[in-house]
This record gives sequence, structure tokens and C-alpha cells, in this order.
Amino acid sequence: MKGYLHLQSGDIYEGDWATSNPTQNIDGEIVFYTGMTGYQEVLTDPSYKDQIIVFTYPLIGNYGINEDDFESKQPHVAGVVVYEANNESSHYQATYSLQHYLEKWNIPLLSHIDTRAVVKKIRHQGSMPASMTLEKEVNEMNNDHLLEEKVPNVSDKNIKTYGSGNKHVVLMDFGTKKSILSSLLEKGCKVTVVPYDTSFQTIENLNPDGILLSNGPGDPKQLSNILPTIKKLLENYPTLGICLGHQLVALAMGGDTKKLLFGHRGANHPVKDEKNNVVFMTSQNHSYVVDEESIKGTGLMGRFFNLHDKSVEGLSHKHLPIQTVQFHPEANPGPCEGAYIFDEFFQMINEPKRSAALYA
Amino acid sequence: MPKDSTIQTILVIGSGPIVIGQAAEFDYAGTQGCIALKEEGYKVILVNNNPATIMTDSNFADRIYFEPLKVDVLEKIIQKERPDGILATLGGQTGLNLAFQLSEQGVLEKYGVKMLGSSIESIKKGEDREEFRQLMKDLNEPVPESEIVHSVDEALAFARVIDFPIIVRPAYTLGGTGGGIAINEYELKQLVSGGLQESPIHQCLIERSIAGFKEIEYEVMRDAANTCITICNMENFDPVGVHTGDSIVVAPSQTLTDEEYQMLRAASIKIISALGIIGGCNIQFALDPKSKNYYLIEVNPRVSRSSALASKATGYPIARMAAKLAVGYSLDEIINPVTGDTFASFEPALDYVIVKIPKWPFDKFSTIERKLGTQMKATGEVMGIDRNFERALLKAIHSLEIDVLDLQLSGFGALSEQQLEEKLLEQNDERLFVLLELIRRGKEISELHEQTEIDLFFLSYLKRLVDLEKEISSVNLELVTKDKLQLYKEKGFSDKYLANAWNTTEKTVRGKRKGLGIIPSYKMVDTCAAEFAARSNYYYSTYFGENEQFPSSKKKVLIIGSGPIRIGQGIEFDYCSVHGVFALKEQGIETIMINNNPETVSTDFATADKLYFEPLVIEDILNVIEAEKITDCIIQLGGQTAINLANELEQYDVNILGTKSATIDVLEDRKLFYQLLEQLDIPHLQGDIVNNPEELLSVVEKIGFPVLLRPSFVIGGKGMETIYNKEELDKYIESGHARYPFLVDEFLHAVEAEIDLVTDGQYIVAPAIMEHIEKTGVHSGDSMSILPAQNLSESVQQKMLDYGKKISQHLQYKGLMNIQFIVNNDNVYVLEVNPRASRTAPIVSKVTGVPLVQIATKILLGKYNLSKYDEEKNLMKLPFVCVKYPVFSNFALKGLDSKVSAEMRSTGEGICLGATVEEALRKVFHAAIKPSGKIVLNEDMELKILDGHYPIVVSEDESLLTDETIAYFNTSLLPGDKKLREIATKKRIMTFTEKESLLAFCQALTVKDFEVNAIEDWHLLLREDVTI
Repeated sequence: MKGYLHLQSGDIYEGDWATSNPTQNIDGEIVFYTGMTGYQEVLTDPSYKDQIIVFTYPLIGNYGINEDDFESKQPHVAGVVVYEANNESSHYQATYSLQHYLEKWNIPLLSHIDTRAVVKKIRHQGSMPASMTLEKEVNEMNNDHLLEEKVPNVSDKNIKTYGSGNKHVVLMDFGTKKSILSSLLEKGCKVTVVPYDTSFQTIENLNPDGILLSNGPGDPKQLSNILPTIKKLLENYPTLGICLGHQLVALAMGGDTKKLLFGHRGANHPVKDEKNNVVFMTSQNHSYVVDEESIKGTGLMGRFFNLHDKSVEGLSHKHLPIQTVQFHPEANPGPCEGAYIFDEFFQMINEPKRSAALYA
Repeated sequence: MPKDSTIQTILVIGSGPIVIGQAAEFDYAGTQGCIALKEEGYKVILVNNNPATIMTDSNFADRIYFEPLKVDVLEKIIQKERPDGILATLGGQTGLNLAFQLSEQGVLEKYGVKMLGSSIESIKKGEDREEFRQLMKDLNEPVPESEIVHSVDEALAFARVIDFPIIVRPAYTLGGTGGGIAINEYELKQLVSGGLQESPIHQCLIERSIAGFKEIEYEVMRDAANTCITICNMENFDPVGVHTGDSIVVAPSQTLTDEEYQMLRAASIKIISALGIIGGCNIQFALDPKSKNYYLIEVNPRVSRSSALASKATGYPIARMAAKLAVGYSLDEIINPVTGDTFASFEPALDYVIVKIPKWPFDKFSTIERKLGTQMKATGEVMGIDRNFERALLKAIHSLEIDVLDLQLSGFGALSEQQLEEKLLEQNDERLFVLLELIRRGKEISELHEQTEIDLFFLSYLKRLVDLEKEISSVNLELVTKDKLQLYKEKGFSDKYLANAWNTTEKTVRGKRKGLGIIPSYKMVDTCAAEFAARSNYYYSTYFGENEQFPSSKKKVLIIGSGPIRIGQGIEFDYCSVHGVFALKEQGIETIMINNNPETVSTDFATADKLYFEPLVIEDILNVIEAEKITDCIIQLGGQTAINLANELEQYDVNILGTKSATIDVLEDRKLFYQLLEQLDIPHLQGDIVNNPEELLSVVEKIGFPVLLRPSFVIGGKGMETIYNKEELDKYIESGHARYPFLVDEFLHAVEAEIDLVTDGQYIVAPAIMEHIEKTGVHSGDSMSILPAQNLSESVQQKMLDYGKKISQHLQYKGLMNIQFIVNNDNVYVLEVNPRASRTAPIVSKVTGVPLVQIATKILLGKYNLSKYDEEKNLMKLPFVCVKYPVFSNFALKGLDSKVSAEMRSTGEGICLGATVEEALRKVFHAAIKPSGKIVLNEDMELKILDGHYPIVVSEDESLLTDETIAYFNTSLLPGDKKLREIATKKRIMTFTEKESLLAFCQALTVKDFEVNAIEDWHLLLREDVTI
């Protein structure tokens, strides 16, 4: 059965539904991911909430879907676009085929699309609203959902505690990936995951040694109401911000963020750590970046930079024990060379509070 | 870090003559490396005795030494040139071993030569099994249980502790030479004793076999600042157990989850960091298909065959970048030349699938054992690129030039299931087609998976292809819908296959297809999956989606490459193709290259203005011609592969510059050829075409024994045989090998010679005649030859030129031509005319300094005419002598007799230059000449010049074939002698199977020592000579 991908630019691509036909048009912001493996992690990363994801690698589904590599309990994308959906997965861990899994969650998979052509369009015109439809003709695209706040829909409503250890980290959940939690637990600490809108008081009562502000979907500026809480946390606890968490730190401290034309989504983005003078590959998934100019005078300093477009990839603070990264040190999918950020986080936690000069 | 300005002069070590396990990929690496160093302003001194390479051209280095690749010779060069640095990691195992020896013997220290790129310690850690295992242990990276052994007894002791099968890997050898998998004690003894002999340090690693695991490779790069990136990973179709050079390989990996991909990637980075490699490195893993357990199989701390493949698979030029890193740059300082704006510190993202298939020499020699294992046997490889696996695979198959119609290997349809099952277990080169045929017969892929351990991913795609075959056969040209035809094309089926299935012609299918608007799109290889705008000129076709290629309005010429390296058609044709590109570029013409060999310089996207990575078959070539709106095409540079396309191209009205198919036919069809010679009053041997055994018998009766049987239009004398008596003839007829019609020639035991000339149809340029050392009956590719000819009279030489000129003028021939002659006293017979570039054209060009290919290309364009002044270059008087010698890979091809014959068996060649023939020969045999040892002859003969050199033993006793034997002479055709030669081959004893070869060796022994000279030194002499 034929299906269609409509871009706001007016381009229409015809493909075949690899899952059963959707019952309604699927709208979402269209973005692309360039990693050659890791589709399961991408689909279940809450940061992709409501987006239509295009995989640039042409064969998707080769190793199926397994029970171990989920980044959250369910897929969050609105729809999936590929060149070839491989239904015959071959892997000892696989419990579902890709189609089976997406069908279970009622997420359409449109295959036999010239994904390279779509990517080139996005590259030129930017991430944009798109629709996956049964019909070649489409009326007005519904863009309302693009403006919706995504974080409330992906952040867990309850406070949950995991692991045990001398140190206690509060993980503020803006749509966290499971791998962030796992990365913390591997260090042998106690982690309490709290909803994104948890008050400072509640967190203080948990008596944490450090705060981790997680990744999450959407525009960080939609979360302006929680910025005061974040600022207070930053002033009181060693904090690590990842992706959206990093952007929120910048906003809370008085910086600004802006949207990239088509974002960074892949597993091969070179980042330079100017503090350690090293270059390494990172896993990335973001549309928004911190405006480097805007952080002047906030006490924040750029530490990590993207080697392609020179954009800010991470910040530290002149006095406070704050570290942020735009990329994903928890990997999954993608390279794990950035994992030392977690070690640094625990160093911050383990050092006597307020000896902030050390982190400058 | 910026480049190292403390060094000015760099010595680059090449990999020498092509052997199995070390082929064209190192010319590609070396050429890229030399370009990278020269553009940084360094003076490049190059040593490589392989004349067929592009890197040994004056454009790529400042001083080029065609000298033996031995440590004492390198010391002489270092002493003379006093380089500041040495780059050895682009010269394969040969380069690495030499650097290692130079360091061990204190040469580098003595002359203050800095090792560029990875340090000796790093190389040692990667190469020395013991050090490597210790390091892996320290890093907590798993290696299979193993033991370093120096004797058979030690190996047997290890075998008592662990279970069979056991893998044997000799240390410091090429392409796994001498290694193998032993399933019992007997085999273990055999392999270890052979392996110890192969290993220059008499060391083998024996380890628990992990056959059946997935074999995964990573190409990793690291700079001095410890930035590490992986360029690409690859997955072998064949599980662990088949050498990766003999495996079908896909890129990127297809069956690994991100967890597994990153786990092995992280391990790769950890290992390259610990080794301290600067540059490229290849790391091979075995991954359990049922758990996350993995083992490290091997690390190659240098660029390799896999890195050439990875470069072509991704568009990331590994060797070029490795050279930059070696002189101090870091990855984040170098711009990626493909995108032009991203940095080299970036991991390529592929949005297509790559399939590589090896090219094996088994179709040429039926006696070679075809079983694949840890000893590599392939001579070359082809690569297919597409958006889907099926067509990438089929493109690679279309590129193989074997007797196959898409997925059906000729003759397989007639085999019984039982026979197919047996073949399946043989694990040989035909396994892919055996699998397909069994699936066609209804065998379950799960069962095939059990038997072969090939991943179900691959088998399921084979099944889908077979299902499509069935679907295709259920329709016909009239019934097929547009959508379906589109699908069959998208999945890779050729017009030729469809035509066969539908009982029509390829041309009809093409017509219908184009009529329906089903034409390929061309997509770009851009290293970044379209994320960034790239200015890449590297394309592949696909039958789906948007076209990205737009023809320019410039004048353009297509050069058809020569496909995979094989015996008889080697790297020399890549040299010619690339030089054609250079000549065209000089003329301001847009050059378009089509080829399918990932190892070569011609498929470096920096070579031609546009590169199309496509099979060299008419369908794909025409598609490119139409897409690019090309009118002119050059075929005479791409060897027999390209020449064989002449006829078909003309049928589609493609203008071939130079050689037309009618001309080719006159020269290649023996009957027409003899008519031509008679018409021109040029002597030839008696011969006639035979169509069946009866005619064969009657023609032989007329000519008399011995006779030479010669098929037409073949590469490297394929199928050629010399028959000495009736008994042999009967045997030949009975064997059923004969493919009629073919030519039967009188066989005259005499001197052979050849010329390479370039002509405009009026004048000819033939700078030198090459005189063969061995007599007729030995394929020209397997003979040693002397340039210029030393023992041919003036009148004989003049006759050769006259005949060449007559033929050229009569045919109004344009371009390159190679003519082979037989000389008997003062009689000169023309043996064959090859209407194309030849194996020897690069040698003649390099040695005489006359750029034959460039001149030919200009003539082909119609922009250049020769004059009588050009003919003054003919038969140049050279104040030095060049000897070309063949290099064999018989060690890798068990079952191949080393006795030379009319069918070529060498895989490569080298040249040596000297003031005299003796000096040049001394260099040829330098590697074999040791301080002491003996020469074993299987028949008595007088070898006067040998007095006092080495003891000569005349014996047929096999026990004399030991380490002390420096040369073995055995010309006999008896089965027992064949066996003795086989033993000699196994023990790597230099074996002479022709008397003249032995005599040449004896001549070499009269020279004690020699000087080293760059080709530029010799040319200086030449110029001085000319001015006098």
C-alpha cells in the first residue's frame, strides 16, 4: 500500500507502508539521524517526542528489537521513514521485528522512500513540519502539535529511587534516557529520579549530593517557569546538565538558546574539549544550541565545541561546580568516549562543597 | 600540531612486486602518501622495484629507486640520500618489516633517520605476537587462548591442553601465508613445520579456533594528540575461518546492534591508543553470534587492503591522511577533501551498502586447491555500491568477469543436490553460488545456516533474490509491468539476465526499460550521508530515487578501467588508465573513469574528474555514457577487459578512440591475423584454426609436434598449452578442457622478444625492444627479459620495427600496441599483436623516459601527430640495462606447479637496473643470494661460471630441499618432479624450471656487489649520452 511523506516545503515522496496503514495522518517535525546503527535507541529516546525520524542508513531493522536496548519504556517518535525496512531480523537478542514493534505502538513506518533526497531537502531548508499520509493530496498541515510543550508528556510523574551508595544524585527527568540512569548507577550511587517540575524544596529534602538535569524534547524556552528552580539548584549543588539539561543551565544563568537549521542527530560529531585539549566523537540529538555570545557575563564558560559548526557543546562555570554537555556522554546510540564527563561529575560531588574555583 | 619542519627529505618504502596478500592497494596507498608529502613541500625519495605502479612515476617522487627491497640495499640508499625521515607504514608488510630491520640493525640511528608515523615500538607491539598478547592482557581485551611456539613439539604440547580445531599463524608473514586450521595432530604438525619455515623469525602462534564467530573489522586512525576515529567497520559474509582477503565483505556491519558496534569500536580505540599508532590501523574481531563475547583476532598497525577498501567504501582517503599525520598534523587540522569543509576528525556515515567479492585465480588453473582458509588466495577484488544489499551484491558479481549469469554460475544447474552439498562443505570460492543453487532447489536457509554458520541476514537476502528470480521467470517482456521491471532493476538483475529469462536480447530489454523511463539515478559518495553539502565527484548508480549527477557541457572522454587484479591483468593496466586520465586532463578534457576495483589509484576519486564505481559490463557502461552524454571512449588502456567491450560499444554507436573492434578482430582472431601477416609479407609460424577434435588431429599432423594451442581473446595465455607428442594430444582431447574453436600453432623453440609501440598510423615510437631470457613456450609475463635487447642483431631489431610499422600503417592503427616476436637466427616471426596497452608499457616508459601512454592518449584524441623526428627515439641506446623479472605467488596456491609454461602464473613483476646485464641480474637475485648454501640440480649440467661460489648437488632426493638450498633447478614434466617442485615451493626455495633462468642466476653470481642508483641518475647518463 502506498503512503506519502509531505514536507512543508511542498515536496511529496511516495513510499510503501511497512507497518499497517495508519488510521489518520501523522504530523510531526521531520528530522534525520545519520548513525548506521542504533535505531532502537533512537525510537525510544524521549527527546524525539512527536518527531518524524528519517534514518539515513538505508537498511533499518536488520537486528530487530530486543529487550535490552530500550532507552525508555516506549517509542516516542511520531513516525519513521526509511529506504528499506528489513522485516527478517537476524540477531540472538531480537524479540520483535521492527515492524512488529512499531505496529504494537501504532507508529507508522513508511519505507521505500529516497531518504537521501529527503535529507538533502532538510539540509537546505531545515527541520520542518511534515505529514505522513495515505493520500497523495493533503490539505493544510496541522502544525499545532509542534508548539506543544513536550516535556510534560515524557517526564515521569512519580519520584523513584534506584540503586544504593554513599552518594545520592537527583536526576531531574525532562525525558531522560535510561542510559543516563545506568551511567550513574554504574558509579555505585543512589539515584532519585524526579519529575521535571519538582520544587527546589522537595529536592533539598531528598538531600542530594549532586543534580543531573536530563535530556528531553523540544524548545528549552518553553520551560521558563522552572528556570528559577534550576538556578537555585545550580547555586547549591554540583550539577551536570545533558542536552536539554545543558540548555536549561544556560537559560537559568541568563544565557540564551537558538535553533539550528536542521540540528545534530548522529553518532559521528567531533567535539573538542578545550580544557583537556582532546577531540572525540560524540552521540548527538538536538535542534537547539546555546548561543555562545549570550553566556558572556553569566559566569558560564564554553568548554566543549563542535568542530563542524563551532557551536557550543558544553559549559563549565567560573566558580560553581557546574558541568554541562550538549552531546550525550551516556552514548546509546553512538560512541562512548564522552563518558568521562560522568567521572568528572562524581569528582565534583566528592570534593568539598564550595571549592568551586577548582572547576574553573 | 603543525607539520614537522625539522625534516625536509623523506624516504618512502613501497611494497614491491605484487604477490597474493600484497597487491595494488599499496600502490594506491603509496601514491596517496607521496602526493600528500609532496604537497607539504617535502622531498620524497621512493624505493619500490615494482615498475607497474603509479607511485614510481616521476610526478610522485623526487628520486625513485627501483632497487631490491632488502635492508642492506636500503642502507645504501639512506647513505646516499641521507633522508631525515622514513615512512614505512604505506608499504604493506614489506615496508613494515624493512623499517623494523633498519631499526634493529641500527641503520636509522646511525644515519639519524626519524621514523615517521608509528614508532618502531608501536609496530613491534602490534606485530610481535608475544608483545601483542601481553598488551591485550594488560588492556583486558580478550584474545583466544594461544601459545607462541618455535617448534612442532611445543605446538603438540599446547594441543594436549586445548581442543582441536587449532589455528596456526606464522609471525610476520603476508596474507596469512603458511597458516591454516588443523583438525588433528597430523595436520597440526604439517602446518606448524611449514609455518615456522615461512616465518622470518621462526615463530608461530597457535590458538584455539573460533571458527563460526562473526568476523568484524574496524579501520581506525589516530593522531599524535591521541584523537582516534574509526573510518568504517566491515562484516564478513563468511564467518571466522576464511581469511578476510578471501571473504565476501560488507560495509558497514549489517547484523550488529549499536551496543555491539560501539563495544568493538571502543575496543578498537583502546587498542590503537595503547599501541600508540600514528596513522591508520586495521583491527579484526571475532564476535560470538550468540553473546557479547568477542575476541581480538589481529591488528595490522599500518594501512592495508582493508583500509583501501574502507577508503573507497566511505570516500575517506585513509592513506593520504595517514601520511599527513605522520608528519605531525592532527586530525582536527586537516580538511576532509571530500566535503571540503568538514575536518578529517570525523567518522564517515554511509547511506549505502558496500559488497566486496574477492577475485580468485582458480578459473585459470584447475589444479589449485580451491578450499578457502587462513591462507589468502585471491589476487584481487571488486566492489559494488548501492542503496540495497541485493544490488550491491549483484554489482560485485557483475564485476567479477567469471562465467556467471547474475546469480547462476555456469554448469551449476546440472549438478545433483548431492554434488552441491559436497561443494558446500568444501568452503571454496564458489560457495556463494552453491548457496544460491541450493536455495533455488528449495533448501531451507535455516539449514544452510546450521551447515555454514553464515548469518541468516545474508542468507535471507539470497533467498529474496532467488524468489525474485522465480518471479521473473513467471513473466515475460510483454507481460512485465513497469513497477515490476523497476523492482527487478532496483534489486540488481541485469538486462542480460532478464533477456535470458525472457528469451529475448539484452538490447530489447534495454530498449523496453528505457522506453518505460527506467534508468538509473546516480548518487554521491560523500562520507556524511548527505548531512553536509559535499563537492564529491564519486558516484554510483541506483534504480531508485533522485539523480544527483549532472553532466557538464565540457568535452569529455570516458576511460574504461581494467577491473580486478588477476594473473595476466595486473596493476599495469591501472597505471595505463591513470596515465590516460593525466594526459586528458592536460588537454583540458573532462575525464570520466569507470572501474570496479577498490584497490586501485584509478578509483581514487582524486584521479579523474568524475569517478563512477560500476561493473565493467555493457549495460552499466552505457548507462554512464548516456547519463554523462559522453561521445568518446578509450578502451585500449584497460587491458583485455576493456578491449573485449569494443564490439558491444560500437553496436550502441559509442565512438571508440583509437582501436576499433574491426581492428581488434583482425589482430585477435588468429585466422584473420594470419591472413593479415601474409598480406603484409610478415613471417609467422604455421598454424590453423580448429573447430573440433578431428580438425585438431589433422592440423597437428600437418604441422608436426610440438604444437601450441592458443585460444583467442584471452588474458594471460589462459588455456594455452604446449603439446609435445601424440600421447599428450590424446590426453588433452579426452580431458574435455578444450573450448573450440582455437588456434594450433607450430611450436618453435627459439628466442622471444617484444616491443611496445605507440603509433598514429603513420610513424611509430618504439623506444626499446625487450629480449626474453627464457625461450619460447614460457609466457611473456613469466619470462625474465632484458631491455634494451642485448643479443639481437641490428637487422633483427630493424625487422621488428619494420613489421610493427607495416602493421600500424596498414591498419591505420592509433595508440598503443604490443607485439611479440620469435627470433630464430635471423628470422623474425610475429607471434601476436595486442591492440592495447601492455604489461611492459609502464616499464618501457619508465626506463626510457618516453611516456608511451601519454603520447598514445594525445594521438587518440586526434590532437597530435608523430613525425619522423619522433622515430629518432626508436631503439634508444641506453647506457644501462634493465632486467624485468616475474614474481610468483605459488606459495599461496597449493596445487599449482611452478614449472613455467605458456599459461601465465606470476602475479607480479619487478625490475632492476644496472650498468651491465650481470649487475642488473645480481640485483634481481639479491634477495636469494646468501653467504652460504647449495644449489640443487635434478639433472647434471655444466655450470662453469659457478666455480667456487656454492656447492652444486645433482640429486633427485627430496631431503636435499632444505633451508640451505638457495636455488633448485628442475625442468622435468614428470609427475615425480612436479612433486619435488611442490616441496620446494612450500619451503620457499627459489626454483628454476628453465635452463636459461638458471644460467641467468649464474651470471648474477659473477657480480659481488652493486651500487644503488635512482632512475633519475640513470636518465642523467642517458641525456649525457644523447648530447654526446
